[in-house]
Amino acid sequence: MGRTLAEKVWDAHVVRRADGEPDLLYIDLHLVHEVTSPQAFEALRLAGRPVRSPDLTVATEDHNVPTTNTLAPIADPISAAQVEALRKNCAEFGVRLYPMNDPGQGIVHVVGPQLGLSQPGMTIVCGDSHTSTHGAFGALAFGIGTSQVEHVLATQTLPQGRPKTMAVTVDGDLPAGVTAKDLILAIIARIGTGGGAGHVIEYRGAAIRGLSMEGRMTVCNMSIEAGARAGMIAPDDTTFDYLAGRAHAATGPAWDEAVAYWRTLASDDDAGYDREVVIDAAGLSPYVTWGTNPGQAAPLGSRIPVPADYADPAARASFERALTYMGLTAGTPLSEVAVDTVFIGSCTNGRLSDLRAAADVLRGRQVADGVRALVVPGSMQVKAEAEAEGLDELFRAAGAEWRSAGCSMCLGMNPDTLSPGERSASTSNRNFEGRQGPGGRTHLVSPAVAAATAVTGRLTAPAQL
Amino acid sequence: MAATAILITTDHDFMQRGAFPAMEAFTIHTGRAVPLRRSDVDTDQIIPSEWLKRIERTGFGAGLFSEWRADESFVLNDPAYDGASILVAGPDFGTGSSREHAVWALQDYGFRAVISSRFADIFRGNALGNGLLPVELPAETVETLQAAAEQDPTGEITVDLVAREVRGAGLVASFELDDFTRWRLLEGLDDVGLTLRNEELITVFEATRAAWLPSVA
Repeated sequence: MGRTLAEKVWDAHVVRRADGEPDLLYIDLHLVHEVTSPQAFEALRLAGRPVRSPDLTVATEDHNVPTTNTLAPIADPISAAQVEALRKNCAEFGVRLYPMNDPGQGIVHVVGPQLGLSQPGMTIVCGDSHTSTHGAFGALAFGIGTSQVEHVLATQTLPQGRPKTMAVTVDGDLPAGVTAKDLILAIIARIGTGGGAGHVIEYRGAAIRGLSMEGRMTVCNMSIEAGARAGMIAPDDTTFDYLAGRAHAATGPAWDEAVAYWRTLASDDDAGYDREVVIDAAGLSPYVTWGTNPGQAAPLGSRIPVPADYADPAARASFERALTYMGLTAGTPLSEVAVDTVFIGSCTNGRLSDLRAAADVLRGRQVADGVRALVVPGSMQVKAEAEAEGLDELFRAAGAEWRSAGCSMCLGMNPDTLSPGERSASTSNRNFEGRQGPGGRTHLVSPAVAAATAVTGRLTAPAQL
Repeated sequence: MAATAILITTDHDFMQRGAFPAMEAFTIHTGRAVPLRRSDVDTDQIIPSEWLKRIERTGFGAGLFSEWRADESFVLNDPAYDGASILVAGPDFGTGSSREHAVWALQDYGFRAVISSRFADIFRGNALGNGLLPVELPAETVETLQAAAEQDPTGEITVDLVAREVRGAGLVASFELDDFTRWRLLEGLDDVGLTLRNEELITVFEATRAAWLPSVA
């Protein structure tokens, strides 16, 4: 029987296999940031171990950094100490770092692809669950904990139990106005936050093939929100066109050799999956979340569920708890939910095409009175490219704030946070309680819906403007 | 409650023997249980991100469930459960962020094991790497254990990794854990030491890597 994409990449990285033990996998690229690495470097130091492969290790500052006034010292002393620890560790262990204000700095999952470091067939890890983003290239990419960060720093390998495989096939074409973000929210709503547990999801089908690389990154990014160990998309000409000419992509005969190998990675026709889900793209529309986990999502044109929608008592309890936290009433049309803040950015939707999508909606329009809108490019390179197109001026003219690169309001680790009770429409990936700041209420949306929501002050699809 | 210290040895004799103890071994633990009747307990709830700015590996217990603990009716605020060491939670425990700080917080607070009907993969891996035992049991068994802990907070249950079973609340329930992981936990061995036993295999693999693979050297 044939093998799947995930199985091929896995098999190509097994350093050691022994009965009854996890496989020891070689790691081709290790991405590092300030939050999940300090204890790992400290452990290396205590054990007197070096970083085995500094040439396969890249660090950036993203979670903690402020996105305004970035030339000033970081005001929060604890954040400043953590960023300083990363700089010291990278200097001591010889790891390449893109610090704040460097033209290469940005969110770790935006930086890897833009440098051409994330390539098909690779194994990529990072102490961050959204490492699944890089699976868009046909890489096996997954988030790890700090002990595993230490393990990879010390050995460039990781012991891992072989995952199960799952195919999510999206047939047909996405209707006009439906984006990659809507698609992944719909997939998570369908399979649930534990639907991918233990599996690597391979996204397949015409609608996936039709996505740009940045759209594919958005889809793979949120695989973890379905509980999956990773998400992958087979590499094709879209992938190769994106990579060609990037800083770390091969050139000349080496490029041809790489592409020839990459073309062998697609799942074989006779490969089997442990689980398969099929979704019809034609039935999709803009999706938003109403609850406190990413699976609690629904079409923007629909209503918040009612208790009778839940047969399972645990699911109903979770639903009721979520509505209480969110300050919402069962059965309310989602288009009537008013927001205070709109956040456009993050490793999910902070790339140039995301900013363009938001800009297209805001062009010639204004952010509603009383609504705060933040636009935060995913990297300094995205910022520069957007500014070259005049997007910064367009956002400012519409009444939005234009920021420097970082994780920003995706998580409450830097000055960009929600206040208790404040409600956001956010292009990020998690609507957990307090995720954007204690007491904050988050609705996950696409960049286009975020921009339309900024205009009206309530959850709105661009087609409704 | 005593913090579970993460011991990192610099004893090179240990390392030359192939593995060195970096975590507390888990064999058999008997303790009282806390029922946490919530599903999808994500790691942002277990340890809010504000706590992730610390560069130490200890002291996270004070941040455990800190947002929920602000509500005085939250179960961990009930003095009847002071000193309990086994958390019995709803399904899909540990979803979301890869933060190992969630495991450190649970251990630092005094938990030795978490029982749920399903764990998120990254959390489970982090827990197993630190000697916090994630025990997966059927939802109805978890419900029975929760009900028992609610009825009698002083009742003890035993999590037995040797026999791979949970005993207490009038039941004996087997759980699954692969032999290799079980052995590693029973011995308290860390992965880095085990992997370095095979360092020559890593070197051999490195020599086979394609020249076009990216490098930042």
